[in-house]
Amino acid sequence: MTKEQFLDSKVQVIEPAWGLRLVDPFELWRWRELFVALMLRDMSVRYKQTAIGIAWVVAQPLATVAIFSFLLGKIGNVPTGGLPYPLFAFTAMVPWQMFSRALLEGSISLANNRSLLTKVYFPRILLPAAAVFGGAADFPVTFAILLLMMLWFGFVPGWQIVLMPVLLLLALLTSLGVALWLSALNVLYRDVQIVLPFLVQIWLYLTPVLYPASVIPEQWRALYAMNPMVTVTESFRWAVLGGAVALDPAMLAVSTVTVFVVLLSGVVYFRSIERQMADRI
Amino acid sequence: MGEFAIRAEGLGKKFRLGERERYKALRDRLTREAIAPFRALSRLVSGRPPLPPAEREEFWALRDVHFDIAPGEVVGLIGRNGAGKSTLLKILSRIIEPTAGRALLRGRVGSLLEVGTGFHPELTGRENIYLNGTILGMERREVRRKFDEIVDFSGVAPFLDTPVKQYSSGMYMRLAFAVAAQLEPEILLVDEVLAVGDSSFQKKCIGKMDEVGRQGRTVVFVSHSMTAVTRLCQRAILLDRGRVVADGPAAEVAAAYLRSDLGTMAHRLWPDPATAPGDHVVRLRSVGVVGDDGAFHATADIRRPVMLEMVYDVLLPDHNPVPNFHVHNEEGICVFVTADTDPQWRGRPKPVGRYVSRVTIPGNFLSEGTLIVDAAISTMDPAVVHAHEREAVAFQVIDSLDGDSVRGEYGGVVPGVVRPRLDWYTVAEKEAASATERNP
Repeated sequence: MTKEQFLDSKVQVIEPAWGLRLVDPFELWRWRELFVALMLRDMSVRYKQTAIGIAWVVAQPLATVAIFSFLLGKIGNVPTGGLPYPLFAFTAMVPWQMFSRALLEGSISLANNRSLLTKVYFPRILLPAAAVFGGAADFPVTFAILLLMMLWFGFVPGWQIVLMPVLLLLALLTSLGVALWLSALNVLYRDVQIVLPFLVQIWLYLTPVLYPASVIPEQWRALYAMNPMVTVTESFRWAVLGGAVALDPAMLAVSTVTVFVVLLSGVVYFRSIERQMADRI
Repeated sequence: MGEFAIRAEGLGKKFRLGERERYKALRDRLTREAIAPFRALSRLVSGRPPLPPAEREEFWALRDVHFDIAPGEVVGLIGRNGAGKSTLLKILSRIIEPTAGRALLRGRVGSLLEVGTGFHPELTGRENIYLNGTILGMERREVRRKFDEIVDFSGVAPFLDTPVKQYSSGMYMRLAFAVAAQLEPEILLVDEVLAVGDSSFQKKCIGKMDEVGRQGRTVVFVSHSMTAVTRLCQRAILLDRGRVVADGPAAEVAAAYLRSDLGTMAHRLWPDPATAPGDHVVRLRSVGVVGDDGAFHATADIRRPVMLEMVYDVLLPDHNPVPNFHVHNEEGICVFVTADTDPQWRGRPKPVGRYVSRVTIPGNFLSEGTLIVDAAISTMDPAVVHAHEREAVAFQVIDSLDGDSVRGEYGGVVPGVVRPRLDWYTVAEKEAASATERNP
């Protein structure tokens, strides 16, 4: 490097930062390779850890669906719109499983990568983002099981299945928004990690996975749709299996707005904690 | 703006003491905040003065640090533990944010605060090379280009597709360093990575650092090893309690550091039993280096014995705490560990009270240089460490070159972790024969 080049090179300024900050897209672009590397790491570690790792991905939703099929079979009819209950429940379980896994992994990502946080610089937001999108790695496995199940019950997906990626993206953005909040909070208060499984459990009950959204009284629907996972699971069922309950544009709109509010506030909160992360973790 | 690679303008970093311990439970914080108004009210009602706002002890790990480092300069950052060296390096690496002042850096920055950051035990050597390279800020393409060189340098080629959890620690370190060595930033920030690994590995690392320095890159290097600093750096900056106390030619600053009380501290006292190192069984009260005149000395003649002393309080009966010392040299190598094996106390519980334990290190045993002493008190069976004070004291062993030490008439560098005087016995087996040959 010549002297002129040297003097021209950009000067980085390191100083105390103030105020609200969003993400710097140029900086994120510069670090895109790390994002991919972290995501691949999370995925390949998960699939390396043992065969039971993959079996677990399948066993968990299958067991839940089996238990509920049995119980509800005893109790009485669930208005599934003519769908066999196991297929009805498992179909919604597929995006739910991906969402909850992504949320859990994303929320503990900072605590899990303590040594990275205290030893190297990179935009911290890459950690929850990579964990969330890496959490989607389970999807192909559970989706394959779903296809087998559909074959068994004699269902063929219609044209609506092209909407599936949109719904999956909505689910991942929801978990990213919440994971940004929770991962940053978890740096300050480690009990977030303890409450997390409980939160996911409650969230499952507030989402029409094991029951249809139609059991919720009409006047509560708007509030109910504030949970983006309501739209995701109901619409996913429709996208894959077809049926009477079609995608409701109003619900989709409400959920999308919620997702963006959570995501935006998550980014702002995350960025405000980012500066102290290495000191506090 | 002058020609600089790194400029620090009044850099400062403030920490709140105890913050690290206090953070964890949201529950605790909520209860405290919830109770606070009632406490204040009860104080008001009872006529006592209100409590001052929750006091938090603050301290500046770094304060008013100014310097300019020119491009191509290799600068050593030295000082006692807690002087602020690592804090400064972390600020320059953008890992933590300064509380005051600012730093300007010109050029691509690479920092090595640890060897093998981000290595994942489940991944193979090959996967870790890519992952670690990317974490250090290299592009994937760059790693691919240098892949063979990395594998060559590390010498782990046959195990590339084995998960690194199955590597020996030596292999692990070699691979990690091989990746780091490929980092080609304009500014390199390095923290004590040389303190790990065996000596041949350390030599390799020092060689690499030397090379980096000669390529005209700017290097800031934190180390405890004055040998490494004087060898690799032209300039050294000495920090003490967060401030720059000396800045100049490496040899001069290093020498000043070793001569001063900063590098060595012959006596440490903990006047307050509550904060002294230890637990409910035993508390350390003081540690010292005692010369053969009975006084504390930070220097010791290589030929004379030197004593390490520990004063401690035993607080509970029926315990048998054993004092022990861990002695390290300035490269961080443990020279020896010694524990009290005095038959008088062996397996016998110590009654409650104050004890003074001393151990004598014979003369003509230690090597020249700085020795750093960790003081610990442990129960041996079952093993419990009651107190472990790292770098409690330190002293310099000096060879005056009078000719009657182990080095004899030799004036050069004598390698070795210890330099014991051993008995040599020489007989002339063929004296008669050679005598006749020479004088026929």
